[in-house]
Amino acid sequence: MDAATLLTQVLNGLQYGLLLFLVASGLTLVFGIMGVINLAHGSLTMVGAYLAYAIGAATGSLWLALPLAVAAGAVFGAVLERVLIRRFYDRAHLDQVLLTFALILLFEEGRSLLVGNDFHSVPIPPVLDWSVPISSIFSYSAYRLFVLAVCVVIAALLFLVIHRTRFGGMIRASAEKPEMVEALGIPVSRVQMAVFALGTALAMLAGALSAPLTSVYPNMGDGVLIVSFVVVVIGGIGSIAGAFWGALLIGLVDTLGKALVPDLAGIAVYVLMAAVLLWRPTGLFARAA
Amino acid sequence: MTDNTKALAPKAKATRILRPSRRTVLTGLGAAATLPLLGRFNIVRAQGSPLKVGLMLPYSGTFAQLGENITAAFELLIAQKGGTLGGRALEIIKLDDESNPAKGPENMKRLVDRDMVDVVVGTVHSGVLMGMLQVARESGTLLIIPNAGAGAATGAQCAPNVFRSSFSNWQPAYGCGRIAADAGYKKLAYVTWDYAAGKESAAGFEQGAKEKGAEVVQVLTVPFPETNFQPVLAQLPGLGVDAVGAFYAGGGAVQFVKDYAAAGLKDKLPLIASGFVTDGTLGALGGVADGLVTGLHYADGLDTPTDNAFRAAFKEKAGREADVYAVQGYDAAQLLAVGLEAVQGDFDQTDALHKAIASAKLDSPRGPMTLSPSHNPVHNIYRRVVRDGKNMVDGVAVEALADPGVGCTMT
Repeated sequence: MDAATLLTQVLNGLQYGLLLFLVASGLTLVFGIMGVINLAHGSLTMVGAYLAYAIGAATGSLWLALPLAVAAGAVFGAVLERVLIRRFYDRAHLDQVLLTFALILLFEEGRSLLVGNDFHSVPIPPVLDWSVPISSIFSYSAYRLFVLAVCVVIAALLFLVIHRTRFGGMIRASAEKPEMVEALGIPVSRVQMAVFALGTALAMLAGALSAPLTSVYPNMGDGVLIVSFVVVVIGGIGSIAGAFWGALLIGLVDTLGKALVPDLAGIAVYVLMAAVLLWRPTGLFARAA
Repeated sequence: MTDNTKALAPKAKATRILRPSRRTVLTGLGAAATLPLLGRFNIVRAQGSPLKVGLMLPYSGTFAQLGENITAAFELLIAQKGGTLGGRALEIIKLDDESNPAKGPENMKRLVDRDMVDVVVGTVHSGVLMGMLQVARESGTLLIIPNAGAGAATGAQCAPNVFRSSFSNWQPAYGCGRIAADAGYKKLAYVTWDYAAGKESAAGFEQGAKEKGAEVVQVLTVPFPETNFQPVLAQLPGLGVDAVGAFYAGGGAVQFVKDYAAAGLKDKLPLIASGFVTDGTLGALGGVADGLVTGLHYADGLDTPTDNAFRAAFKEKAGREADVYAVQGYDAAQLLAVGLEAVQGDFDQTDALHKAIASAKLDSPRGPMTLSPSHNPVHNIYRRVVRDGKNMVDGVAVEALADPGVGCTMT
């Protein structure tokens, strides 16, 4: 493999990993703080992607779709938490799984009724519809570089919020000792709602960002969900840093695996997960028990 | 721990209430056991009673449009024949197979055992088809396949009562290999999904290219149905090939063609794609696909009287343009018509019926079509070029191409 190909593959791996991080970070927070297994998290990326498609088709601009996906995701997530998820905090995981599985069915059926079952491609904004030459033959899409940059900025913001702000402190404290946080007079229920809204917004943003890269199609969130759970397990449940490094690791292993040992590409990610679990059963960045 | 016990308690109670007694179960079993007997008595039908045709196709999900087009064209031919084939009226029963392979055998059994259809027409998805084949071989029900290209259906698993009106995966890919070699390319790469249809396509492409002196140096795959083609695209420039063959379908095809262009490969490494890459996807592809060369057993602009008449009639009935799937549905009905006309609607003359279908010579919208000894279409593979949002015909790549039907004992 020559230097240009290697550079391309590393960029591919990073870009894939960073998009995964947007999805996995919400999943790990919701799982770690509320203890809810949200199977519908992948479907939320599907909703975000279709939103980008619908807004793109109506206005011809993806620029409007990105902030709208974040805003709609936050509101939608807050409502969802208040109306449904909230009632399931004290229930067994199986009940949560049933509820969130039902949500997948509802989202997919809603998508089917509103937009139909067709595959739609979402155009790349004209400003970014060019390529950066990497070698004499191969070029790298500018939009992919843009996605990479957006994800890095969001990851940095998320770190700052979680580790440097009062709100972040409440989130971390709620994850560790919710009773103590409650006793200190912090409204845990509002923190929970905010976390769910944040997770939903990130998932929908990931969907909207990736729409021009993957196109939009029914059940597109299923694959994302499974890999995101792998990221959460590798990184350690509830850990943003774990989700970040876990997602980058998965992105690189998956991409380089496909390029170097294509026959084993399908299982590389799961072998990695098994190895991490043997070495550190609670994940790379698990909180001390 | 407390959480778990809390959750388990109500569940245990619910099970107790719902658990049926042994007597109920036995009664149910007994009743169920008599059902097939009832069926046996009912099967003695009057000669003039309508023939039951089960359409087992996807009417929901990604392939819904394909199922609708096959159905519309199938019904179109029956209407053109005045509602009867060989003097027999037809009763059509539609079943949505949801393109779900897990439900394939169950749905097929439902049509054969419960609805007691005489003929099944289906389906689009090869995985679903494999489950149907098993049932068709056991029950002897006449099966006409209007799309799914799995090689086994007219290969290792061929049967006297199984016919195909569409194609085998090997065929269009073989044509594409010939197109690449005929264009003077010597070293080729092939990219596809890592699944049965992808492997069969790669084999066909390699064989077609090899027979004209070209060589496939590498086959690159992406796990099905992933659309992250970047890792594979990045490898192509390093292979030192003259051109690239590809097989993808539906949404994956759209993404692949767009990513291929975005990687700057479109003008440097010519792409010769299976016709399924650009069939039904040109609207989504837009200008990116202009000039793309593909190979398939149907094309726009064939401009034969049969094709023109079919397209006009289909558009009038369905309100949209016909495509390759509509042609395959139309020909499924044509095959059934040939069989029923040969036996004057007497469906019990099984051998004569099968023989008539096997030796059918159809005037298909795609051009002349016959069946190979393993019951797969023998037809032209056209070279096509994308122009103005259409797959315009650009010559015949291979005339009257037959699938070798490897493993079929009827050949």
